[in-house]
Amino acid sequence: MFLINCPFCGEREQSEFKAGGEAHIVRPKQPTELSDDEWAEYLFMRKNIKGIQFERWNHVHGCRKWFNMVRDTSNDQIKAVYKMGEKPPIK
Amino acid sequence: MTNNLRFKTSKFIDETYRVSFKFNNKTYFGFKGDTLASALLANGIHLVGRSFKYHRPRGIMTSGSEEPNAIIQLHDNSSRTEPNVRATEVEIYEGLVASSQNCWPSVNFDIGGINNLLSPILPAGFYYKTFMWPASFWEKYEYFIRKSAGLGKSPKVADPDIYEHKYIHCDVLVIGAGISGIMAAKMAAKNGFKTLLVDEKSYLGGSSIYDNSEFSKINNQITSSWLEKEINEISKLENLEIKIRTSVAAFHGYNFLLARENLTDHLPINQRENKVRQRLLKIRAKKVITATGSIERPLIFDNNDRPGILLSSAIKKYIDLYGVACGENNILFTNNDTAYETAMSLIQRGIKINAIIDNREQIDSKISYEVEKNNIEIYKGYTVVDTYGYRRINKISIMKLSKDGQTVIGDKTKLNCDCLGVSGGWTPAVHLFTQSGGKLKFREEDQVFIPNVYPSDQISVGSCNGDFGLEEIISNTLSSIKKFLDIDNSEYKTVETISGLNQSKRNIWLLPSDKSIGKTKSFVDYQNDATAKDIKLALREGFRSIEHVKRYTTTGMGTDQGKLGNMHALGIISETAGTKMGEHGTTTFRPPYTPLTFGTIVGRNVGEFFDIFRRTPIHDWHVANNAEFENVGQWKRAWYYPKDNENMHQAVQRESKAARDSAGILDASTLGKIDIQGTDASEFLNRVYTNAWSKLAVGKCRYGLMLNEDGMVYDDGVTTRLGENHYIMTTTTGGAANVLGKLEDYLQTEWPELDVYLSSVTDHYATISVCGPNSKKIVSKVIPDLDLSDEKFPHMSFKNAKIDNIKCRVMRISFTGEHSYEINIQANFGKSVWEKCMEAGKDFNITPYGTETMHLLRAEKGFIIVGQDTDATLTPIDLQMDWIVSKKKYDFIGKRSLYRSDTIREDRKQLVGLLTENPEEVLEEGAQIVADIKKSPIEMLGHVTSSYYSPNLKKSIALGVVKGGKNMLGQKLIIPMENKNINVTVADPVFLDKEGERLNAKL
Repeated sequence: MFLINCPFCGEREQSEFKAGGEAHIVRPKQPTELSDDEWAEYLFMRKNIKGIQFERWNHVHGCRKWFNMVRDTSNDQIKAVYKMGEKPPIK
Repeated sequence: MTNNLRFKTSKFIDETYRVSFKFNNKTYFGFKGDTLASALLANGIHLVGRSFKYHRPRGIMTSGSEEPNAIIQLHDNSSRTEPNVRATEVEIYEGLVASSQNCWPSVNFDIGGINNLLSPILPAGFYYKTFMWPASFWEKYEYFIRKSAGLGKSPKVADPDIYEHKYIHCDVLVIGAGISGIMAAKMAAKNGFKTLLVDEKSYLGGSSIYDNSEFSKINNQITSSWLEKEINEISKLENLEIKIRTSVAAFHGYNFLLARENLTDHLPINQRENKVRQRLLKIRAKKVITATGSIERPLIFDNNDRPGILLSSAIKKYIDLYGVACGENNILFTNNDTAYETAMSLIQRGIKINAIIDNREQIDSKISYEVEKNNIEIYKGYTVVDTYGYRRINKISIMKLSKDGQTVIGDKTKLNCDCLGVSGGWTPAVHLFTQSGGKLKFREEDQVFIPNVYPSDQISVGSCNGDFGLEEIISNTLSSIKKFLDIDNSEYKTVETISGLNQSKRNIWLLPSDKSIGKTKSFVDYQNDATAKDIKLALREGFRSIEHVKRYTTTGMGTDQGKLGNMHALGIISETAGTKMGEHGTTTFRPPYTPLTFGTIVGRNVGEFFDIFRRTPIHDWHVANNAEFENVGQWKRAWYYPKDNENMHQAVQRESKAARDSAGILDASTLGKIDIQGTDASEFLNRVYTNAWSKLAVGKCRYGLMLNEDGMVYDDGVTTRLGENHYIMTTTTGGAANVLGKLEDYLQTEWPELDVYLSSVTDHYATISVCGPNSKKIVSKVIPDLDLSDEKFPHMSFKNAKIDNIKCRVMRISFTGEHSYEINIQANFGKSVWEKCMEAGKDFNITPYGTETMHLLRAEKGFIIVGQDTDATLTPIDLQMDWIVSKKKYDFIGKRSLYRSDTIREDRKQLVGLLTENPEEVLEEGAQIVADIKKSPIEMLGHVTSSYYSPNLKKSIALGVVKGGKNMLGQKLIIPMENKNINVTVADPVFLDKEGERLNAKL
């Protein structure tokens, strides 16, 4: 079980958190301008990487804040956590 | 008790404390400090169980948690019964009752033993091969296979014991209190680390604590004496917590470990009342030191499973720790020096050793010379080829090994014995290390897997790290712990060790025999009866992956997870397939290391705490008034209120009629309530609901529909504008938490610029809904100061009011289609206001109704229930609710998806009303809807989502989703049921008062 360093609360058990899928997918500002394919790209397409992956997490049983996490899915090492709106600290 | 098997020399056994216990209905005696296994052995009992598949007699094989054979049922036919318990781990107490498993009528005469004779036709994969055909017979086979599967009997009544969970946080966790664990714990604690030391045994010190040999000394002291002083010292350390009888079950990522602490299992039953039996420790350690030791390997030869065959280290432990001799005429069979330590322990007590069979040609160690000096015959370069004796070993035959160890040569010699100790060297206990994600490497010299890559801040020390000699255990432990903890002061100035053993070994995974492999039974997995022959067969049949061979032969799949024989299975596979051991890797070691009871896993979450539930503030009234309840999410909601032996149908018909004819009252407190404030609150609602919110006046209410980004209906409810920048949103009962989560998600991640604050206030208010033609009269009695005139308080509006000086919010909104009011009041006044309403409604036959009637009433009006009539595949258009989708708004969640090529299809499933040809016939919810039953295969057009008999319309009504249903009004469809076809007509989903006359009637 992960020990997650919530950017707002510090280290907490994974059971306090909820995973929220891939990070840095920005909701289009003008959805009506998009073709079906472009909209589908936003709506359905998600990466499933073996290795470094950028993810959204929510401290749902804590401060309820959303934040981002960089995790190596091949060994479950959490490389970094950072607040929403911040740039990823690693590429 | 057979006296000549008990040696009164052990300080671990309290000879003044005699304990009586029962085994297979016979009473025996042991001493305090005995395990069930040592007490049985002291009574001359080796045969304790029958094997799983062939029902072969099996005896005690080991002295610890790795035991594959001596698994027994404790306290059979009682509430505390427990199956598959290792006799080697059970500490005896007065009144203990144990019995053998997997045998009938008794362990000495077992009918199932016939399987042993049938074994030539029960090879690996027997079940897979035999019960494949005809496939339709599986159901018949299954009954018998299930009966013969499994070992012990599960309890039939509730567990009377208490269990609990506990979190522990520490700087350093040390697993295993053997010599290296003790040293590690001392170094950690003395250097300021908050340390926890756990060991599965009831004593500290591991196998060194009973090592009284002259051949291994530390600082010129007998090992056990040196260690005792160390233990004495660490038990006083403030920084160190020590837990015995605590077995680490799982080592997860990020140094999260689960351990089971046994608290009462060693106590007589009458001393266990009101005590916690077992505790599941959830340990989060900054650093973990694994010092789990190693497990002695057996040797694989024909008939190596007879009662009386034990690991040589177990024989040593029984004599040195428990003062129990396993036999009176012993033979030791070994490929390394370990057996000579056992020999010395036996020699010291004058127990006869008939011979030592050693695989090695050359033996060159102090200890072996000492054994030879005692005139014990050592057969060098020999192997055991067979054993004899049905219920107890009585003879072995031996032959000389060829130079390459692949065959046997010369004549067969038979030797008598009543106990055979075997030693195939040692296997590091790397189970926990690999569970944590650690990677192993294979060490060719002595054929062991040892830790290589650590996935977290942890280290393995001692023999679990592949250090077997006393000297290297101590020096390597010291240096690695210093480095690991980054400390200079080791607390150990100089530690000098002497060991009379050397580490030479002649490793032969499968010992050769004079018989062909097909005629031998060389057990690799004792518990699951998997033999070397089975493994070879699997390889001949084409299995290559160790994981496949494991599943096909069931090697390592018993409750002991093959702690003894897995390495041999790997060895035999690589030898047979001509590959290298290291290339195969091992099978996956899975938690738990030793079995856990269900009680430990669930802890206190039993009975009413199994799954928590929520009660409304009015709950007690519902109970007092005979309500039946249904679970909605975690809530208990009043379902219906049966009167005078009414069944559910009768109660619901009465309640539904009363609500429309006069007055009904519903506890709606469970509806989710979210308080929304901020200058951008209106804009926020515009973005999350499909309809427009900017123009909603203060004091007005509006129904809203919320979609997912994929355009599918997610939730619905009425939201009220309480002030300029203040709204209260209601959600469905089950959806409340998810809706709040979704709104927070958008606010925090997509629209952080909006000034909006959300608070869940579901629990803060009780909500009482009074409906029906007389609702106005009733509410005016309860809140006389409130002007209820249509002009002042029209439908879909809200007023602040007071009931006995308590502020409340009253909304005129309706989910039934009747004139109705919703009173929201601080939760703790909920029950008294409900009672006031009941009192005020007495003259109007006010009728409390539950969720079932609520569902019926709304179905008459064609109002959807999200989650019942929808299932995340329906858009508002599919629900024929186009009216609620704003055309003007530029964007809202899910808008773009409403005109994707898939969502604009005409033949999507759409919500329609259904009327049965026979108005008395009520459809089954979930029933399939078809148009043509002659077509094959029948095309399923949709299904019934809601169905009721309406007492107000005096006919059956239903809602359903049907492909292209929107354009099918008036069309006849069929509901095929098991023994009839029901004819229905597609109808408007609004069955009652489409024009809203009831809602707007002048009252």
